[in-house]
Amino acid sequence: MIDAIVVVVVVAMLGVYVSWRAGRLDRLHARLEARRAALDVALVRRSSVALELASSGLLDPATSLLLASAAHDARSAQNGQAGWGGGHGGRGGQNGGPGGEGGQELPESDLTRALRAVFGQPGFRDSLNGTEGAEELLTELEGAAHQVFLARKFYNDAVAATRAARRTPLVRLLRLAGGAPLPDFFEIEDSLVGTGEAGQGADMPHLTG
Amino acid sequence: MRVGLVCPYTWDVPGGVQEHIMNLAEALIDLGHHVSVISPADDDTPLPGYVVPAGRAVPVPYNGSVARLAFGFLSASRVKRWLKEGSFDVLHVHEPAAPSLSLLACWVADGPIVATVHTAIPRSRAMHAAEPILQSALEKISGRIAVSEAARTTLVEHFGGDAVLIPNGVPVQKFEKADPLPGWPGPGGALGFLGRMDEPRKGFAILLRAFEMLAAERPGLRLLVAGHGDAHEALARAPAALRDRIVVLGQVSDADKVRVYHSVDVFCAPNTGGESFGIVLAEAMAAGAPIVASDLDAFRQVLRRGEAGELFPTGNAAELAAAARRLLDQPELRAGLSAAASAAVRAYDWPIVARDVVRVYEAVVPAAGPVAVLPR
Repeated sequence: MIDAIVVVVVVAMLGVYVSWRAGRLDRLHARLEARRAALDVALVRRSSVALELASSGLLDPATSLLLASAAHDARSAQNGQAGWGGGHGGRGGQNGGPGGEGGQELPESDLTRALRAVFGQPGFRDSLNGTEGAEELLTELEGAAHQVFLARKFYNDAVAATRAARRTPLVRLLRLAGGAPLPDFFEIEDSLVGTGEAGQGADMPHLTG
Repeated sequence: MRVGLVCPYTWDVPGGVQEHIMNLAEALIDLGHHVSVISPADDDTPLPGYVVPAGRAVPVPYNGSVARLAFGFLSASRVKRWLKEGSFDVLHVHEPAAPSLSLLACWVADGPIVATVHTAIPRSRAMHAAEPILQSALEKISGRIAVSEAARTTLVEHFGGDAVLIPNGVPVQKFEKADPLPGWPGPGGALGFLGRMDEPRKGFAILLRAFEMLAAERPGLRLLVAGHGDAHEALARAPAALRDRIVVLGQVSDADKVRVYHSVDVFCAPNTGGESFGIVLAEAMAAGAPIVASDLDAFRQVLRRGEAGELFPTGNAAELAAAARRLLDQPELRAGLSAAASAAVRAYDWPIVARDVVRVYEAVVPAAGPVAVLPR
């Protein structure tokens, strides 16, 4: 009799533990989804503002063309949604980019490099001084780029936590994660300054203000 | 005529467009025109007297690869200054759709502008997004030139309108005379090949099979190979007994390339397709090499239906071997083909091509005054 009670209590406690673990995993997945949505929004905003700057007429046509094609490739990859994260999913839609590994990551990194090349021209800001609308647009673009940096950092944090939680034997044994695919890190270059440039070291360098 | 040429790519990095502009500039100068070229280049790069540096090009992602381009307001102001000081009768930009100096020049200049399109780019959605930006700068171009049918198609698809086809030139003089490489062609005779060994369309494998057949009956015959590609890998595909009779030079300098053409008894172009013009063939003709080439449309045209070189059915190693055998056996046949090739290649000589380009200049010049600079 006592034995039976012990067995029931142990089973009940196990059940509670397992369901707590499953709930935790669920919350981690929910956080991941939210971070991913935030990152998507940040990426879309960055490419939109970049396109806006490219078509604003504030820049010379060569710079505009560089920026427009990089922003456009990023937009195509965003819409395609192929290979989101990790770079295992093949090429990102119809972006006409180099394809292969990278999916969305490569065009987004390319957009960062294009922005870097534009902002990195010596005296760039002074050259636009006094042009109507320039200040606002540049500040907005810089803000959008910083938003991408933050959103990606927090998304990758969530990925790391989720992956760690899913690696435990109990979760794997009981398949608590169900059929959800293991989340991948989103690896892109997102700093507006390259190595060895002024402003390096700051997470969000202020180039325009 | 005062001509301003705009090169979009860095002058000190070798490339087809840069070479084209250099040859055109020198041919125009020889014809008595005043020529100035503006090109991205570091300020301390040694440049020919007619080249004005526009500052350093920056590596940026563009069109799926990283290109070294000059853009931005600093480059634009250098182009403006160059235009002011040059006071050109005609401005000739190259590859105007690249985000570089040529596009900037179209933007800041006003007056007679000629543009040459070199590469064929498939129409992409990125191009579509860029069209409004390009349109305002490109609609100032009054005369357009394409170097190939494919480039012309690109131009028409992207921007409408038409273009004049003026093929790439060959600096015949640079190829005419050179000493053979030491020990070549040698008493047993020599075949030659120039091009990428690992690119199937260049047909190196076909030549190897033909060489195998010929080598069995001619103990002294050798094969000289130059061009991109892994030399060890290329040799590994040949029978072991023949490897010491195949000399692979790999990538060679311009000067050595000329010597390669002069080092062989028979130059082979076994390409299986994809050649729009066959610059290698034209160079070999300029060097007066007896040629055996695939019967491709482009090759047949350049070789005057076989008068200036032997044609064999494309991809057929036995026929290639037979044609090479005929030439190796008959020195007088080789001499005849060599003379015919030297004569036929004149049509592609740079002075001739430059004269055609000048005709385009003359067609656009009277319509407007000299090139002016817009306040930007």
